[in-house]
Amino acid sequence: MSRIFPKWSNSVPLKVLVILGVLGVTLVVSVTYYFTPKYTRVGYAPTQPVAFDHSLHAGQLGIDCRYCHTHVEQSRHSTVPPTSTCMNCHNQIKSESDALELVRASYESGEAIPWVRVHQLPDFTYFDHSVHVNRGISCYECHGQVNEMEVVHHDQPFSMGWCLECHREPERYVRPLEEVYNLDWRPESEEAQIEMGVEFVHDWNVNPPLSCSACHR
Amino acid sequence: MVSLDETKSVNESLIKEARPARVPRKKLVENDRSFDWITEKVCGIVEEKTPTWWWVCFLVSGFVSLFTVAGTIYLISTGVGVWGLNNPVNWGWAIVNFVFWIGIGHAGTLISAILCLLKQNWRTSINRAAEAMTIFAVVCAGIFPLIHVGRVWFAWWLFPIPNANAIWPQFKSPLLWDVFAVSTYGTVSLLFWYVGMIPDLATLRDRARTKFRQWFYGFFAMGWRGSNRHWNNYEMAYLLLAGLATPLVLSVHTIVSFDFAVSLIPGWHTTIFPPYFVAGAIFSGFGMVLTLMLPLRSIYGLHDLITQYHIDCMCKIILATGSMVGYAYAIEFFIAWYGANDFESFAFINRAFGPYAWAYWIMITCNVISPQLFWFRKVRENPAVVWIICIFVNVGMWFERFVIVVTSLSRDFLPSSWGYYSPTLTDIMTYVGTFGIFTFLFLLFLRFLPLMAMAEIKAVTPQADPHHNSKGGNH
Repeated sequence: MSRIFPKWSNSVPLKVLVILGVLGVTLVVSVTYYFTPKYTRVGYAPTQPVAFDHSLHAGQLGIDCRYCHTHVEQSRHSTVPPTSTCMNCHNQIKSESDALELVRASYESGEAIPWVRVHQLPDFTYFDHSVHVNRGISCYECHGQVNEMEVVHHDQPFSMGWCLECHREPERYVRPLEEVYNLDWRPESEEAQIEMGVEFVHDWNVNPPLSCSACHR
Repeated sequence: MVSLDETKSVNESLIKEARPARVPRKKLVENDRSFDWITEKVCGIVEEKTPTWWWVCFLVSGFVSLFTVAGTIYLISTGVGVWGLNNPVNWGWAIVNFVFWIGIGHAGTLISAILCLLKQNWRTSINRAAEAMTIFAVVCAGIFPLIHVGRVWFAWWLFPIPNANAIWPQFKSPLLWDVFAVSTYGTVSLLFWYVGMIPDLATLRDRARTKFRQWFYGFFAMGWRGSNRHWNNYEMAYLLLAGLATPLVLSVHTIVSFDFAVSLIPGWHTTIFPPYFVAGAIFSGFGMVLTLMLPLRSIYGLHDLITQYHIDCMCKIILATGSMVGYAYAIEFFIAWYGANDFESFAFINRAFGPYAWAYWIMITCNVISPQLFWFRKVRENPAVVWIICIFVNVGMWFERFVIVVTSLSRDFLPSSWGYYSPTLTDIMTYVGTFGIFTFLFLLFLRFLPLMAMAEIKAVTPQADPHHNSKGGNH
């Protein structure tokens, strides 16, 4: 029998295996990093039609979240404010500012400002703001330190796994009801949080559902 | 009365005369064919000029397989509404076809694994083709569960891959076990087929005239030189694979049957399902082996390798498993009556006399009555009749799955939710196309890979027996 393959081909299978192994690991690592919501969603910060600065309004001036985002404690939705809410102040403060031209135009015409939505849940997911904020889940847990953001960005992954982290262990996240809208509040320590959280979960009868139909109705 | 001494002396003289009865074993290769003849015959199929009939069949099957491609594209781009599914019949032809094809594959594993462990030497002439058939049947079977999930791009959710949803598939569901059972089955069958082929690929490599053939067969022969050490490792690998594959023969269709048996629908929720499904699978698998091998035998003149004895053996397996299936049908009815459950008895009466009675009686005729003809030697010795009965078996086993899936779903507990299911043209064409895919792959196999296990056949020829007497003795 004559030789069909050259001698170096003896090492080819091993090399191919090694390359496939490296490629496989690279694939798994890169999919895990680049193709999960932690990467694809977190950090999303679209440019808004009006450069509304949360760090100025909610941070420096200390306006409560609920002044603009009304009904968060009564309904599924935390509303995006109408232009009239802006004009409550801005008809007097900085009423001539160039930055507010679109706001004034919107107020006169009645056309809403085309805000770009940052946090969007899929249509197949049910979420109720009121039930969360009324049981000690702060705005901060999902939306991050908005009172320090000049431009609002997506702070948390909003993946299903991320929702379940809290639904499985609510005691790690609940806080005193009076601190829900205080985005600067932090527990004294992790132990203190757990101790307090366990108590709240028991007293308020917090029972976050884990069934499919809780959110996918 | 004879005295003790007398008896003893008679016995001694008898013992001297006595010989073990001569029960000649059937020859597995007839007409004293030499090793060289076997090599030439099997390699000739691959090495000869491509016959015209091959091209015709190849193009036709290639065209037919486009039906599945078109049906699948239409399904995915439009949605499962293009199928005839409705409420309450949420499982239609897709599941019927899946179970049908997966069942076909069972002959391959049975022949390669169980018959190997039981040292049934007649397997050597048919195992390669049967294993190829198994793999192609699994390919056809795999299409249906994949596309029936609706949103095909999420089909990877079937596998337990860690994901951002932080959920696993439902491990308590037989539908998930199915994923493991079928993928394991496909993998082991492929390995078995390939490992068994290595010595024959080396033969083809050594006979190759062109550079491409040398590379192609040389690559897949993995440097086989036929040394003692090679054979030693090979035999051990083959035996281990046979051991691994043996439970699969039983487990795969058991788990497929769990898809039904674990649910609560009357007519599905029965403990007889696993053995009954396994018997049915082997039954249909051997039906398909004969359907393929009988035409090949006459086209390529393989009568000395696939002898009447081989056909007899396969017919007997079909007869045995067909009778088991018939027994299972009867027992289902008995239990439906004996269990005194109204829904269960209704389900079975409805099967035989309800709106799908036509399908039920096709099933009974094809699966229970037609194989009984194999009791007769005359029938087994007529290849044309055997082939026709095997076609009946194939048809009957498809209808068995249709009857199980559709009759039970269309008439469940609540009469208000009853319905009638009919397939759409898309259903039908998608299924017809899988025969194209199956034939297409099998024709490629026929043309490029050794159809029969040459090396193993040589080992079971009369000449290979160390006690072989060339003058025609049987000892």
